[in-house]
Amino acid sequence: MSSPNPSASDSRTAILGRLRASGDSGPLPALDTAVLERRQWDPAERVTRLRKGMEAVHTEFLEAKPDTWAAVVRAFCDREGLKNLLYGPVSEAGTTLAATWAPGGPKLVPYDRPVETFKQELFGAIDAGFTGTVGGVAETGGLLLMPGPAEPRLMSLVPPIHIALLRASTIQDSFWSAIKALGWGRALPPNALMISGPSKTADIEQTLAYGVHGPKRLIVVLVDDLK
Amino acid sequence: MHAENEVHFRDAAAKALLDPQLRANFRRAMDGLIAKRLAQFPDPRDLQDLRDLSTAIRSRSLLCLPELLEQLEANCAKNGIKVHWAETCEQANQLILGILQAKGAKTLVKGKSMVSEEMHLNAFLESKGIEALESDLGEYIIQLDGETPSHIIMPAIHKNKDQIARQFSQKIKDAKYTEDVDELTAMARKVLRQKFLDADAGLSGVNFAVAETGTLCLVENEGNGRMSTHVPPLHIAVMGLEKVVARLEDVAPLYAILTRSATGQAVSTYFNLITGPRGEGEKDGPQEVHLVILDNGRSRIYADPQLRATLRCIRCGACMNHCPVYTRVGGHAYEAVYPGPIGKILTPQMEGVGVRHDLIHGSSLCGACGEVCPVEIPIPEILVRLRREATHSDVGSNVAGKGTGRTATEDWAWHLWAGVLKRPALYRVATWFATRFGKALPARAPLIKNWTQFRTKPVPARRSLTERLRAEGVSHE
Repeated sequence: MSSPNPSASDSRTAILGRLRASGDSGPLPALDTAVLERRQWDPAERVTRLRKGMEAVHTEFLEAKPDTWAAVVRAFCDREGLKNLLYGPVSEAGTTLAATWAPGGPKLVPYDRPVETFKQELFGAIDAGFTGTVGGVAETGGLLLMPGPAEPRLMSLVPPIHIALLRASTIQDSFWSAIKALGWGRALPPNALMISGPSKTADIEQTLAYGVHGPKRLIVVLVDDLK
Repeated sequence: MHAENEVHFRDAAAKALLDPQLRANFRRAMDGLIAKRLAQFPDPRDLQDLRDLSTAIRSRSLLCLPELLEQLEANCAKNGIKVHWAETCEQANQLILGILQAKGAKTLVKGKSMVSEEMHLNAFLESKGIEALESDLGEYIIQLDGETPSHIIMPAIHKNKDQIARQFSQKIKDAKYTEDVDELTAMARKVLRQKFLDADAGLSGVNFAVAETGTLCLVENEGNGRMSTHVPPLHIAVMGLEKVVARLEDVAPLYAILTRSATGQAVSTYFNLITGPRGEGEKDGPQEVHLVILDNGRSRIYADPQLRATLRCIRCGACMNHCPVYTRVGGHAYEAVYPGPIGKILTPQMEGVGVRHDLIHGSSLCGACGEVCPVEIPIPEILVRLRREATHSDVGSNVAGKGTGRTATEDWAWHLWAGVLKRPALYRVATWFATRFGKALPARAPLIKNWTQFRTKPVPARRSLTERLRAEGVSHE
């Protein structure tokens, strides 16, 4: 069937050739998405559902108004006695946070260097990471994030606490409708993700344990900007 | 005639049945998973609609498979992901070794990947002096003991916490003995975080690959998948060639039914979409991303219109959770990478129906697997088909090892049976003898022993049905 060391293009040609030779493909079955379209709620109910879904997997919520959320983040950091908070200095949320951050207390640490020169500090000395979100998912609970130059990927993963800013008006009905609303099917950045809670495992005797590899706590700062 | 190197599921299963601890561990875990899955599907109409949609999406993907793979490759290339093709596991292993060596990588940290298990990648890399460390907690636990996964979603499900506690206290440096699950998890976290930090490369599987965007989707709860794919400078993903779907929106219903069917979760902690290496201006993420697409017998399965349904599988594991055989014997008895019902149809098609003859007969055909499968793979029907393939060399069949499961004893028995049935006089004599003297046959007699070993010997009626009908005055029915 194949020689011991065929070149890469040989394997490709052989595999695709075999698949094509299997021929007669027949008509494509229709896709009935009614079951997905049934998942619709009004904006206030979306908030309730998202909270319920995420709280069931140990996500904590802090309520805020459009003009108070930065103070809510700060108050949380003070209350928890955090030494520092990692943030994206050029992200929209990060800029706002830094502008109102009072001196003293927890230190704001900008993620402004390549990870190669920041890894040890990131893994060893950062108490929490703060990111924005691009939306939420009501059906199951979940935050949508698009990490990138302004908010690097590891901010929401490595620090033991992840604080995420969510505006209620950006919550979509379902993951399916979110993909459509955000146009993710047309273009995606190198990384995008959905997060529904702190890192967890049930690999030991089906017993849930939180904080296995990623954050031990997920704090959602929920901004009420409906109407 | 008889296939060489036949693997005997029967013997391994018999041994597993004698282990009460193993049976208790599986029974408890499977009961929990069945209940949790059921709670996720309160509305039978929603469930059936979602299954129909998921089945249609997977069927469509397979119908356009070569085109979708090419589109995936082109879009990945556009995004900066290098795509490689491997016909066999050896080729895939060599490819990965080449990628690692080109970067001088000595340590590899792995997210969960069943395809890498299929390739026996860890053993291969260790033999080349590269450390391959599993980072999924379950995979980490079994790697410490040199074991293989006993379940595709929960690899360490055969162990209880006392066993894991003992193991950790012996194998992890400076670890104390504790049966507290949170403390055990914290120990693994400590060890593995250092590994993520130091690793030269990361490896992951792929749950869904999206052709239209060139995206690799990873479903997980722990965060080790994100660690493995975002922290080290090099990320290699491996996938079976069937994993591709056309559009990103197709992934949403598949994901919804995957987590609900697998662990009874409405959603996993993370759904990670990887569409490229570290981009312009990004401060983290791998500098290189590679995707290895593996065939390993899949294109052969693809060629058969009925067996092709095997490739719809989204690896949720619901079939094993609901299987009365799997629950009793556990995953290791199958001596295969993929255990349970899906393994019973996949493994023989990959390795040969002759060498895995026992496996395709290790089923009561109760139908539970087909009933819960989120993509409606007719596992029982495929098992029946493979039973025929194992003993017949049908023209036009493409099945690996077809006809090699045939044995002289079975052939002889069927010939004898047919010979008797074809001759009414002989049949009458045979039934007369069987009804009069069948009782006297010793239970230990050859052939009969196979049945009576575990069951009471059946006692034949004193008179055959034909005789009774004649005596009671019915000449025609």
